[in-house]
Amino acid sequence: MNSSDQNRKSFSIIERYLPYFLIAPALSYLLFFIGYPLTQGIILAFTDSRGHFTLAHINYLLYSPQSLFYAALKNTLMLAAVIIPIQVMIALGLSLLLSSSFVGRDLALYIVIIPLTISDVAGGLIWYSMLSTNGFFNKFLMAAGLIHSPIHFFGYQYRAMEFLAIVLAEVWRATAIVFVIIFAGLQMISREYIEAAEVFGASTWVKLRHIIFPMLKPSLQSALLIRTLFAFQVFGVVMVLAGRDIPVLAGEAYYEQTELYHYGVAALYAIIIAAISVIIGYIYIKMFKAQYIREVGAG
Amino acid sequence: MVDVRLVGLVKRFGKTVALRGIDLDVRDGEFVVLLGPSGCGKTTTLRIVAGLEKPDEGHVFFGDREVTYLPPKDRNVSMVFQSYAVWPHMKVKDNIAFPLRIRKVPEDEVQRRVKWAAELLQIETLLERYPHQLSGGQRQRVAVARAIVIEPDVLLMDEPLSNLDALLRVKMRSELKKLQRRIGVTTIYVTHDQVEAMTMGDRIAVMNAGKIMQVGTPEDIYLRPANIFVGGFVGSPQMNFFDATVTEKDGKLILEGPGFSIPLMEDQVSVLKDYVGKTVIAGIRPEHMFPKDLAPPKLKGVEITGDIDFVEALGSDTIIHLRVGEKILVIKVSGSHHYKIGSKLTVVFDLSKLHVFRKDSGEAII
Amino acid sequence: MSRTEIGGRPPLRYYLSKILFAGIVLIACSWILLPIVISALYAFSTPKDFYSPKEVIPLHYTFANIKELLDLGAARATMNSVIVACMTVVFSFILGLPAGYAFARFAFKGKDSLKLLIIGLRMFPMLVIAVPLVTLYIRLGLNDTLLGVALAHTTMALPFVILITSSIFVSVPIELEEAAFVFGLDRTQTFLRITLPLALPGLTAAAIFTFIMSWNEVFMAAVLTLTNRTLPAFILTSAMAAPDFIKFAASFIMILPALIFVFIARKYLISMWGITIR
Repeated sequence: MNSSDQNRKSFSIIERYLPYFLIAPALSYLLFFIGYPLTQGIILAFTDSRGHFTLAHINYLLYSPQSLFYAALKNTLMLAAVIIPIQVMIALGLSLLLSSSFVGRDLALYIVIIPLTISDVAGGLIWYSMLSTNGFFNKFLMAAGLIHSPIHFFGYQYRAMEFLAIVLAEVWRATAIVFVIIFAGLQMISREYIEAAEVFGASTWVKLRHIIFPMLKPSLQSALLIRTLFAFQVFGVVMVLAGRDIPVLAGEAYYEQTELYHYGVAALYAIIIAAISVIIGYIYIKMFKAQYIREVGAG
Repeated sequence: MVDVRLVGLVKRFGKTVALRGIDLDVRDGEFVVLLGPSGCGKTTTLRIVAGLEKPDEGHVFFGDREVTYLPPKDRNVSMVFQSYAVWPHMKVKDNIAFPLRIRKVPEDEVQRRVKWAAELLQIETLLERYPHQLSGGQRQRVAVARAIVIEPDVLLMDEPLSNLDALLRVKMRSELKKLQRRIGVTTIYVTHDQVEAMTMGDRIAVMNAGKIMQVGTPEDIYLRPANIFVGGFVGSPQMNFFDATVTEKDGKLILEGPGFSIPLMEDQVSVLKDYVGKTVIAGIRPEHMFPKDLAPPKLKGVEITGDIDFVEALGSDTIIHLRVGEKILVIKVSGSHHYKIGSKLTVVFDLSKLHVFRKDSGEAII
Repeated sequence: MSRTEIGGRPPLRYYLSKILFAGIVLIACSWILLPIVISALYAFSTPKDFYSPKEVIPLHYTFANIKELLDLGAARATMNSVIVACMTVVFSFILGLPAGYAFARFAFKGKDSLKLLIIGLRMFPMLVIAVPLVTLYIRLGLNDTLLGVALAHTTMALPFVILITSSIFVSVPIELEEAAFVFGLDRTQTFLRITLPLALPGLTAAAIFTFIMSWNEVFMAAVLTLTNRTLPAFILTSAMAAPDFIKFAASFIMILPALIFVFIARKYLISMWGITIR
C-alpha cells in the first residue's frame, strides 16, 4: 500500500516535470544562440576596439558619406511597399482559382508552390537568366522583331530596371509563401458557408465581399505580416541582381562586416533589423493571441 | 410556390456514377423526402435542384421553366445545410437578413421579415448574438429562419437534424413539419433516417445506388414496398427474408420455406401461379408475427415453431430471435414480455402481410 | 415555354468562363515553370549558343558549364552544404523532437506562454545573429567551420522543427497511445513503438524541409565562413564574377535537390508551410 503510494507519487512527479525536461534543451539552445549574439551585438555596436563606450559606430551609420544607411532603409521599405501588395493580390486570386476542383488541380497546385523551395540566391540567378542582355526575354523580343537592341536590366546606370528585376524575381519566388497561407485559410472555410451564400442568391462579388473576405481576414493579416517580416531580411536576390547598386539593410550589414570589417556598424544593422522585426512580431503575436482566444471561446 | 420536376438526371464524378437517371415530380406545396443510405445520391440530387451542381444529363424544371443550367441565384431556392452554414462573422439578424439584402429588399421590409421569421422559429431574443454564442439547436433554427425568410419557390433541406441530439431531433421533426404546412412551401428533404422520413414526408422517394427505388406515401412505402431494397431498408427491425419455392400440392399453392411451408391465400394464388417451381424471396415484417397467445383472435395465419435464440427487451417492445431450422426469424411484440432463451415458441404470422419478391430482379410480386 | 431556352442549355457564358479559367491557370503555371526551364536550359547551353542573339532556345548542350563550376570550387561547396544541412537536421531534431512531443502531449503550467514564445522566435530574423556570432566563434575556434554554420542554422530551424513535430504528434490519435498504456507499455515504449512509427512519414517530410532550409540559407553562411563556403555562400562570393552561363549552372545545382526533395514530400508541403507560417 505504502510502496504503491510512493510509486504513484514518484510517477506523478516524473510526469509533472517531464514536459519541462523535454523542452529545456531546445529552449536553452535558442535562448543562448539568440540571447548571446544580441547582447554581444549591442556591446559591439557601442564599444570601440579597446572596449570603451563609443557612439562612433552610430555616427558613422548616420552621418558618414560612406554609409548607405538611409538609402538602404529607403530601398528596403520601397521594395516591401511595391512587392507585398502585388504578392497578396496574386496569391489571393490564385487561391480562389485553385480552391475550386478541376482536372489537373493537384498538378497546378504543385507547380505554383515550387518556388517555396527555391532560395533567394537561386531565384535571383534564374531571373538573371531571363532578363540579362543575352537572356531569354531580350532574345525572345528581338527574335519576334519587337525590339532591335536588348533592354538593359543590369548595371549601375540602369538602377530603376534593376529594381524592377528584383521586384519580378521576388514576386515570382516569394508569392508562393503568401499563397500557401491564404490557400490554407481558404481551405479552412467550410464549403457550405460559401454554398449557402450561393443558394441565397449571392453573386460572385457578394460572395467575395461579404462571406469569403471577412472569413479570410485572419489569414490575410498573417500573410501580410509574415511577408513584411521577410521583406526586412531581403538579401540574396538583391546581391545577385543588383549588388550594392541598390543597397538594402541586410546587404549593408553583410558589406560592413565582410568587406569593411566595421563589426560595430554591422552589429548596428543587425540590431535595427531585429528591432523592426520584434515590433512587427509583437503586433503579430497580439493578433494571434486575440484570434486564439476567440477560437477557444467559439469552440 | 412551384412544382419541381426532375427528368433523367445523370451525374458522374470522375469514374463513379452518382446518379443513374433520376425522375421525380414534386407537387406544389408538397413535402417530399429523399431517403436512402449514405452514398445513394440523395444529396447530389438535392444539390442539382439547388443549382450547386450541374447534371451530366437530364433536366430540372421549376413549373414549366427549365432551370438545369441556371446558377442558384436565378432559381429562388433556399437551403438548410447539414452543418447549418450560419456565417460566423455575422450576427443572427444579419444572417437572416442576408438573403433579403442580396435581393435588394427595402430595409424596413427586411426588418419586418426578419422579425416574422424569428418569431416563427422562436429566436427573437437571439437576434443580436453571434453564432458562436448559440447552441446547436439554436443555430439550426437560425438556419431555418434564414431559409424561409425569402419565401423561396423551393425549400431544400440536407439532413438538417442529423447534428442534433436525439431529444431535440424529435422535437424539431414535428416543428419543421408544422412550419412547412403553415407556409406551404414546396420542400425537398434529404435524410437517411427512416423515422424522420415516415413522420415528415407527404411522400417519400427511397433511393439506392443512384436510383429511385420507389416513390410513395409513407404508408405505401411501408405496406407495399416495390422491391426487396425498400422492404429491407424501411422498417425496424428489418423485414425477415427467406428463400421459398412456389409448389403445387393437392391442387393448392404453397410456399416451401426453410423448415416450414406456407399455404397461400386466394388472391395470392392468382398472382403466384406463374411462379410454380420457381424460387422467390418471401418477406414478413417482425411486427406481423405474433407469439400464439398474443395473436389477434381472427388472425388468418400460419403457425411456425422454433427455439428462442435471443431476446431484446426494449421496454415498449420485445424483440425475439427465433431459430427455425437454419433460419433466424425476428419477431417484434409490443409490450414487455418474458421469454426464456432456449425454450420453444410457436408464432403465428399474418398471411395477409406476406411480401413476395422475384429472386432475380428483387421486384415485388405481392 | 420561352424561358425554357434560358435554363435548358448551358449558356455561352458557361463555356467562356471555363475557357477563361483554364487560361488563367495555364498562365500561372507557365509563369512559374518558364524561368526554371529557361535557366536550366541555359545552364547546359554552349557559350556560343548563349551569346548568339538568334538562339532564343539554345540548340547545343554541354556539361562543360557544370564541370567548370564544380572545378572552380562548387564541388567542395556542395559537399559542405550537404554536411551542414545534415548536421542541422540532426541537431534540430535531437533538440526539437522532444520539445515538439511535449507540446503535443502534455498539459503543463506555462505551456501557452512557451508555445507563444516559440511562435515568436520563429518570426525572429535569425540572420542578425550571424554578425555578433563571429566574435564568439573566433574565440571558440568555430569561425569558418561547417559546425559553426550548422549551429547557426540549427537556431534558425529549431522553432520550425518544434512546431512541425508538435503538430505531427498531435495528428497521431491519443487513443492509440492510451491503448498502448492500457496494454502495459510505458511512455518510452509507447513513443518508440506506437507514436514514432505513425509519425514517421510526417517527420521525414519535416526533415526534408529542414534540410532545404539550411541548404538555401546564404547570409549566415556567407558571414560565418571564409574558405569553407557552403554552396549559396560560394555562389554569392565567387561565382558572381564568373561568366553568365556558369551562374546558370550554379542556380541549376542549387535548385535541383530542392525540386527532387519537394517532389518526394509534396503531399506534406502545403500543410507543412501552413503550420510553420500561420
